[in-house]
Amino acid sequence: MRREKNERDPILSVRRLGMSFGGLKALDGIDLYVERGEIVALIGPNGAGKTTFFNCISGIYAPTEGDIFIMKPQAGTAKRINGLKPNQVTSKGLARTFQNIRLFQNMTVLENVMMGRHVRTNAGIAGAIFRNRKTRDEEKQIVERSYGIIKKIGLAYYVNECAKNLPYGAQRRLEIARAIATEPFLLLLDEPAAGMNPQETKELDMLIQRIRDEENISILLIEHDMKLVMSISERIYVVDYGKKIAEGTPEEIKINPEVIKAYLGEDAY
Amino acid sequence: MRKFAEIRKSLYVALWFIFLTFPIMVIRINPLEKTVEWRWMNMALVGIGTFFLSFLWRYLISKKEEGSKRAEEKQNEKISKLRRLIENRKIIAGSVVAGALLAAVFPFVVSLYQTNIMTTALIYVMLGLGLNIVVGLAGLLDLGYVAFYAVGAYAYALLNYHFGLNFWMVLPVGAALGALFGILLGFPVLRLRGDYLAIVTLGFGEIIRLILENWNEFSFGPSGISNISRPPLFGIELSVQNATVYMYYIMIFLCLVTIFIVKRLQDSRIGRAWVALREDEVACQAMGIDRTKTKLTAFALGATWAGMGGVVFAAKTTFVNPASFTIWESIIILCIVVLGGMGSVIGVITGAFIIILLPEYLRVFSEFRMLMFGIILVVMMVFRPGGIISGVRRTYKFEGKNF
Repeated sequence: MRREKNERDPILSVRRLGMSFGGLKALDGIDLYVERGEIVALIGPNGAGKTTFFNCISGIYAPTEGDIFIMKPQAGTAKRINGLKPNQVTSKGLARTFQNIRLFQNMTVLENVMMGRHVRTNAGIAGAIFRNRKTRDEEKQIVERSYGIIKKIGLAYYVNECAKNLPYGAQRRLEIARAIATEPFLLLLDEPAAGMNPQETKELDMLIQRIRDEENISILLIEHDMKLVMSISERIYVVDYGKKIAEGTPEEIKINPEVIKAYLGEDAY
Repeated sequence: MRKFAEIRKSLYVALWFIFLTFPIMVIRINPLEKTVEWRWMNMALVGIGTFFLSFLWRYLISKKEEGSKRAEEKQNEKISKLRRLIENRKIIAGSVVAGALLAAVFPFVVSLYQTNIMTTALIYVMLGLGLNIVVGLAGLLDLGYVAFYAVGAYAYALLNYHFGLNFWMVLPVGAALGALFGILLGFPVLRLRGDYLAIVTLGFGEIIRLILENWNEFSFGPSGISNISRPPLFGIELSVQNATVYMYYIMIFLCLVTIFIVKRLQDSRIGRAWVALREDEVACQAMGIDRTKTKLTAFALGATWAGMGGVVFAAKTTFVNPASFTIWESIIILCIVVLGGMGSVIGVITGAFIIILLPEYLRVFSEFRMLMFGIILVVMMVFRPGGIISGVRRTYKFEGKNF
């Protein structure tokens, strides 16, 4: 694997990723990497291709060009994950949230998080019917781990509530909790602060940092809230019309003329 | 003024119903005497009846709306009160004991005919619980469920006819064949959802029926297979009466097994994956759930019960022909699941008893059976959209626990 300049310990490395829908090139030669323990933001105007990028990485789309490599911490070798199914990508250690909340509405908060444990457990039909010791232990472990995560995310109050009855901010946090339950090493957050008020955004800011520090999960996020992006991310990628137009630290991005041009008319910061 | 408006509304409703029912309720043509009979009395009854019923209808609707307007917490309390009643251990234990006693002595207190009907109802309980896995839990609208029922029934009929295998040998074979056909149907429809899935499964059901109807060498065509042997009891020859009673107990046993297994599946890792698949397929995959595997297990396990139900059906009636496996059967089973409450075991059991037993005991109204079904379903959709006993998510307690 060719290493780029300054690249020390990449856990995700995307090379010349391209995605076209028919004649439309939604993504065109995007290069991106995330290092262990980093919080990286992906920004860009609406329709720039950010969510398409996430969908390619998480296996919902199969990219038409380029490579996606992941390197599990302590695993040593890089693995190409192009074209894997979403569930395979998740089991490899990438978890994501969605821009428009996609919770299991009629399941309780706890069950939502328990779904995240699915990929790390393996009870089958026979186990379900006979409920042998192994299955019982596993089930207990699922419940306890899930509850532990819920407590950490601060949703313990709602534990037995149906997901659809939760306030908006809590639903967003539940999505994060559910993703964490899959034990990822990289968490992809798609506009986690969308629709949140300033107070909730501030809490989210702290939550994301806590996840990184306490759970050792690196984070790649798409976000429109520039205040949040500038305060938590170590590096920022800017895309527009499917192309990467800039990358760098928040300070560099703020004064980058390309970025200002792309955001022209918008009060970027 | 409001009252006047209400009366006027009801008047319109009554007039509308008179108009709608006029051709069937009022005019009667006697082709022999070539006369037309005008039954004005019926028209008056329909008018007066609907006039008052419309008041009742509006009253119930307004009451329901009031209920939903009430604060959420209050509603939750109400639900939990009802649930506490359902979950109260004493009440549960009591009703279970009473139900078991009733089920045990049932064949001895009622006529043979009643026992027979009850056996049929129990078969439908089993079918309903099986379909509940596919429709209620995994949310895959399957309109061809009866095909698996047919597979089970013909499996027993043919194996018995050609090889003389008995009921107990074929029961697991029927279940396995059901599961196999479930997977066979499952593969092509993996990508389909909702309406599209419904249409393809409907087609599958019809294909199976048409094959059975037309492949004479294999299935003996529309004339079917008769003289299928009844289940043996340790080699004892049973009279028809005793065989019916025996069948009833077999069915009670099989239903208990079904309830036990379905309950356990529902509460398991796989059961949760089914529900998650119903709720959101994309998120489900993003959580690492294998969509293919989960859907196929749902189809296979659902079809297993239909296969077993089919074997029992063939043994009970000792005769099978394709006419028993029309699309109408699928619809009835679906009605059982929807009416009873999707995803709720107790609801499906209730639904099966209502849908199967009601027409039997209301033979007087047999002409209006379809009308009744329609009315029941419409009323249910308006007042209890989740089914008679809708499924409740399991809750967990964590007091004073530290992880």
